[in-house]
Amino acid sequence: MYKSSNSTCPSTFVIIFLIKDILPEEIQQQIVRETFHLVLKRDDNICNFLEGGSLIGGSDYKLIYRHYATLYFVFCVDSSESELGILDLIQVFVETLDKCFENVCELDLIFHMDKVHYILQEVVMGGMVLETNMNEIVAQMEAQNRLEKSEGGLSAAPARAVSAVKNINLPEIPRNINIGDLNIKVPNLSQFV
Amino acid sequence: MALKMVKGSIDRMFDKNLQDLVRGIRNHKEDEAKYISQCIDEIKQELKQDNIAVKANAVCKLTYLQMLGYDISWAAFNIIEVMSASKFTFKRIGYLAASQCFHEGTDVIMLTTNQIRKDLSSPSQYDTGVALTGLSCFVTPDLARDLANDIMTLMSHTKPYIRKKAVLIMYKVFLKYPESLRPAFPRLKEKLEDPDPGVQSAAVNVICELARRNPKNYLSLAPLFFKLMTSSTNNWVLIKIIKLFGALTPLEPRLGKKLIEPLTNLIHSTSAMSLLYECVNTVIAVLISLSSGMPNHSASIQLCVQKLRILIEDSDQNLKYLGLLAMSKILRTHPKSVQAHKDLVLQCLDDKDESIRLRALDLLYGMVSKKNLMEIVKKLMTHVDKAEGTTYRDELLTKIIDICSQSNYQHITNFEWYISILVELTRLEGTRHGHLIAAQMLDVAIRVKAIRKFAVSQMSALLDSAHLVASSTQRNGICEVLYAAAWICGEFSEHLQEPHQTLEAMLRPKVTTLPGHIQAVYVQNVVKLYASILQQKEQAAETEAAQEVTQLMVERLPQFVQSADLEVQERASCILQLVKHIQKLQAKDVPVAEEVSALFAGELNPVAPKAQKKVPVPEGLDLDAWINEPLSDSESEDEKPKAIFHDEEQRQAKPRQPEADEEELARRREARKQEQANNPFYIKSSPSPQKRYQDAPGVEHIPVVQIDLSVPLKVPGLPMSDQYVKLEEERRHRQRLEKDKRKKKKKEKQARRHSALHTESDEDIAPAQQVDIVTEEMPENALPSDEDDKDPNDPYRALDIDLDKPLADSEKLPVQKHRNAETSKSPEKEDVPVIEKKSKKPKKKEKKHKEKGREKGRKKEKKEKKPSKHKKKKHRKEQEERSADRKKSKKKQPAGGGAAEPVENGSLDEEPLPPMSSYCLLAENSYIRMTYEVQGSLQEDSRVTVSIVLENQSSSFLKNMELNVLDSLNTKLARPEGSSVHDGVPVPFQLPPGISNEAQFVFTIQSIAMAQKLKGTLTFIAKNDEGSTHEKLDFKLHFSCTSYLITTPCYSDAFAKLLESGDLSMSSIKVDGISMSFQNLLAKICFHHHFSVVERVNSCASMYSRSIQGHHVCLLVKKGEKSVSVDGKCSDSTLLSNLLEEMRATLATC
Repeated sequence: MYKSSNSTCPSTFVIIFLIKDILPEEIQQQIVRETFHLVLKRDDNICNFLEGGSLIGGSDYKLIYRHYATLYFVFCVDSSESELGILDLIQVFVETLDKCFENVCELDLIFHMDKVHYILQEVVMGGMVLETNMNEIVAQMEAQNRLEKSEGGLSAAPARAVSAVKNINLPEIPRNINIGDLNIKVPNLSQFV
Repeated sequence: MALKMVKGSIDRMFDKNLQDLVRGIRNHKEDEAKYISQCIDEIKQELKQDNIAVKANAVCKLTYLQMLGYDISWAAFNIIEVMSASKFTFKRIGYLAASQCFHEGTDVIMLTTNQIRKDLSSPSQYDTGVALTGLSCFVTPDLARDLANDIMTLMSHTKPYIRKKAVLIMYKVFLKYPESLRPAFPRLKEKLEDPDPGVQSAAVNVICELARRNPKNYLSLAPLFFKLMTSSTNNWVLIKIIKLFGALTPLEPRLGKKLIEPLTNLIHSTSAMSLLYECVNTVIAVLISLSSGMPNHSASIQLCVQKLRILIEDSDQNLKYLGLLAMSKILRTHPKSVQAHKDLVLQCLDDKDESIRLRALDLLYGMVSKKNLMEIVKKLMTHVDKAEGTTYRDELLTKIIDICSQSNYQHITNFEWYISILVELTRLEGTRHGHLIAAQMLDVAIRVKAIRKFAVSQMSALLDSAHLVASSTQRNGICEVLYAAAWICGEFSEHLQEPHQTLEAMLRPKVTTLPGHIQAVYVQNVVKLYASILQQKEQAAETEAAQEVTQLMVERLPQFVQSADLEVQERASCILQLVKHIQKLQAKDVPVAEEVSALFAGELNPVAPKAQKKVPVPEGLDLDAWINEPLSDSESEDEKPKAIFHDEEQRQAKPRQPEADEEELARRREARKQEQANNPFYIKSSPSPQKRYQDAPGVEHIPVVQIDLSVPLKVPGLPMSDQYVKLEEERRHRQRLEKDKRKKKKKEKQARRHSALHTESDEDIAPAQQVDIVTEEMPENALPSDEDDKDPNDPYRALDIDLDKPLADSEKLPVQKHRNAETSKSPEKEDVPVIEKKSKKPKKKEKKHKEKGREKGRKKEKKEKKPSKHKKKKHRKEQEERSADRKKSKKKQPAGGGAAEPVENGSLDEEPLPPMSSYCLLAENSYIRMTYEVQGSLQEDSRVTVSIVLENQSSSFLKNMELNVLDSLNTKLARPEGSSVHDGVPVPFQLPPGISNEAQFVFTIQSIAMAQKLKGTLTFIAKNDEGSTHEKLDFKLHFSCTSYLITTPCYSDAFAKLLESGDLSMSSIKVDGISMSFQNLLAKICFHHHFSVVERVNSCASMYSRSIQGHHVCLLVKKGEKSVSVDGKCSDSTLLSNLLEEMRATLATC
């Protein structure tokens, strides 16, 4: 699971849950909110672990984070993970992002949430670490991107042209161009039997 | 159609993509919510389009919104649509959205089973990968059961990319469907030695996770892991394995001994801090598991402590933190080696990082001893003063209390010091933990008799000090201590120096600003205090003073009578009446003190929290039996008033004389002593000079230990705990000198015993007071505590499965649609009442029973019970789900009115259905028995899958099985590419004796209007000791029209529309002599003929099903007196009439 901060926060957070039980959505959101507050007020020269305590429903859970300029990567892990190992994993993840996005920056993560997810899914699966070898992850990502390209992608050439047009500030474009009602209404007939 | 396409693509040009959405949200900071709701409206429009690309784009945006916390569960169905797109690009978007927002409660999730199965077997590894990733996030028990077999196959996929994902997801499958663990485990174990490091790492990951929860089942894997540990170079794998060993060693000390050496080698050799740290951690676990008496391991402890010290001294805060964490583990078993580093830990208390400070606090908890407690607490107290944040300060406060009170105040030598510490803590502003301090004060005052006098003096000072009361409103936390103070002063009022002053302090008007529960305690204890003052004054014959006190009470109590708090009001008015009465008596010069204090006679002993539960039920006592036969209502009404007003007359008279005279009291005391002597839970104080007090008469002279005071009792003002530290040091010094003197004398005699180095150990420090901590009272014959503390709801408990036991025949993963499987093999099974579709369950249970019979291990029985419990739960859930479904479909058409009741709801429990199976016998001979079931699927039209269960009934080994049928024009067996129509299809497995397995064959059908029969042959080689023979078995496959139907849920509004469309032909049948209930009848039709109930009103139900070629079949089933009529409508009349004939055959047996 991965959550990124909302637009009201000065820094961008990437929060990743590395736990085997899926938490309910409200609790996830609450953890995300509280994590901002907890992590933001921490100096750089203090340790990168935060004990969950009441926050994430148990002392079994910890927050482990790394800080890169305005970017925070926070992993929420249980006691089966090695703390220092996770710090290394964050490094692997960030370096992978850097390779996939070619010099990753904050905006990449903000605008390409889906791609970050896809990369993350090669690193972590169902709350467990899947792959730690960066070259392997990058190779798989590239293969999938090629596959997507061969299919024409989601926003193929025409859509791109359109988005260029859209960026010119046009006055309100009629949202619905009505080309007749294509729905065929079912006449009200008597009920069965 | 073309128009629609054009419309779609024009529309699409103006759709936002994800980037536009993000940009838009960032540009609309001030009205974000409004903008997003507008976007959601757009997305809803887009989702209505037919173009899958538009839908995918919309779902992609929804995923982003979900991340921001918006609910997108309404789009669950659209997400499934996108998941089933053929293009990888879209599929990936769909699965991503599903993994983010699907959870067990998502009702459409059951629609995904087939889609996921299709994706799992997709030729493209990335389709499979995406499906696995998605499934790992939203797998439910149903999905896990249905897909376990498919995933297990993927564990042996040729591509390591798929293998590692399949291996990893198995853990989730095990969690949701524990029955799959045993069948899948052998393959999982194989994967530990997979050539691909990724797959290997995944397998280690899964097994470590399993073993962490139930380590004892995985001990047998230890040698394999040991090999991996010494051979692997992958630090990730090593860390996992080493962590796993940490979990295993407590169960098998021999393993620990073996581990020490390679682990110490790793500690010395590795450069990776993470690995080093985990090694140290596991060595610690090993050391804990080994008996501490092993001297040769002290080197390992020293090594660990040394390495940890290096970590703690490191400038990297992370290492420091982890070092402290590991240190606290060593502390539990080897406190001595850690205590040497006390300086380091105390230093960490000054760290700027709160996490590190908290860790250090944890360590301190274990490091205290009698010797250093005062010093450490003093240090902590200075931190309390310095601390800025209230959270950290509160944490410090609780830690101080924890440290002092741990293991029954074991480390406290001077309770006066402790009380002073508690009193000092009350000066903390704005703490939330006032109640904690209060609880400690009460606990100490009650359980340490020797301290009562001192405690009372301190508490009266607290009551007197205005600061607590004055600020009660804004700092409501700390005023809790007044609760304790008031109670202690009241209960032990005989120790008060100036009771009158305390009484006045408690009756001040400001007290009424305190919270109600505290005021209530005040009121109650004012009376206790008053009673003891009266006693004093009367003994001193100061009648005037006594009357003054009474006057004070009468004046001040009304302020409590007016309290808004009911408890306070009630107590106050009772007591006011009592005091007024006393006043009258005093005016007549009647001595009252004796009687008033009799109100509070008796000693309160602390009772253990579990005491009530531990009272054993005496033999022959039935708690549920009536003692007296219950009286009829009229009688009891007559009785009651009598009982209530029985002693009315006596109440009018003056307070009753206490019946207990001196003799009686002596007798009671004797009895109590006797009782205490017999009570094993009552700690008797050793015979000491104080004992003689017990012989003194009077209830007030409850045995109180006299204190040998080396410190002044009364500290002016509020006490300074520091003074005690100094005094205590002096005292200890004196003590030591004395002891040394004594020792020197003894030394010559007992030279051998005292040969060890003399250091001042904990035992040498005698406490300042002869303290007897009264243990909490337990009832006689209390049962030993053997309660199972495990939480029965723990999801991991279900995975506590013995993996070494060989696999039984019954244990295999369900293959596609296997849950319908039930061969009608044994007739006795027919009696077992089960509910439809659950027929698999009794089969399993029964096999387990047989096993139980064979191996009569008690343990096994326990284990077997667990899964069955689990099943029950699941079962219930399914029922609920089903009924919920029905409810939903009902909601859509309220026209049904009040008479309509949700179908199958609840009544399932009342009427058990006979077992039903869709498997029927195909052919049988002495070697083999074949049962089969035909099922269609919507995905591939005009195709049906025939699942054949082959059961080896002989003692021979059956192999080279091949199935062949004579194709008809209409129905053809799908054969592998390149083979001719006369070739058979090989069965993909062999059958050892007594084993059964299921094979699936696909047939293509042209017309489904008629039932079909196909002749076929199964050929195989039977091999036994005497040799092998070729055998064959002929059979006839019967494809009924029913088998072309697929159970498809249908909403009632869609159903109505379908009927209205008018292009369905109609036909009907009527069957007489039906005795079965309508409920079961419907269930039977649903099960055997693949229908689903759309709606049910009384004894009339509409049902729906769909053929694999898309024919709609609608039924109206009506139950008459002893008959059932079925009207059907279908787009194909031949199909309908054939179906109805088949149904007639089914119904005729009801």
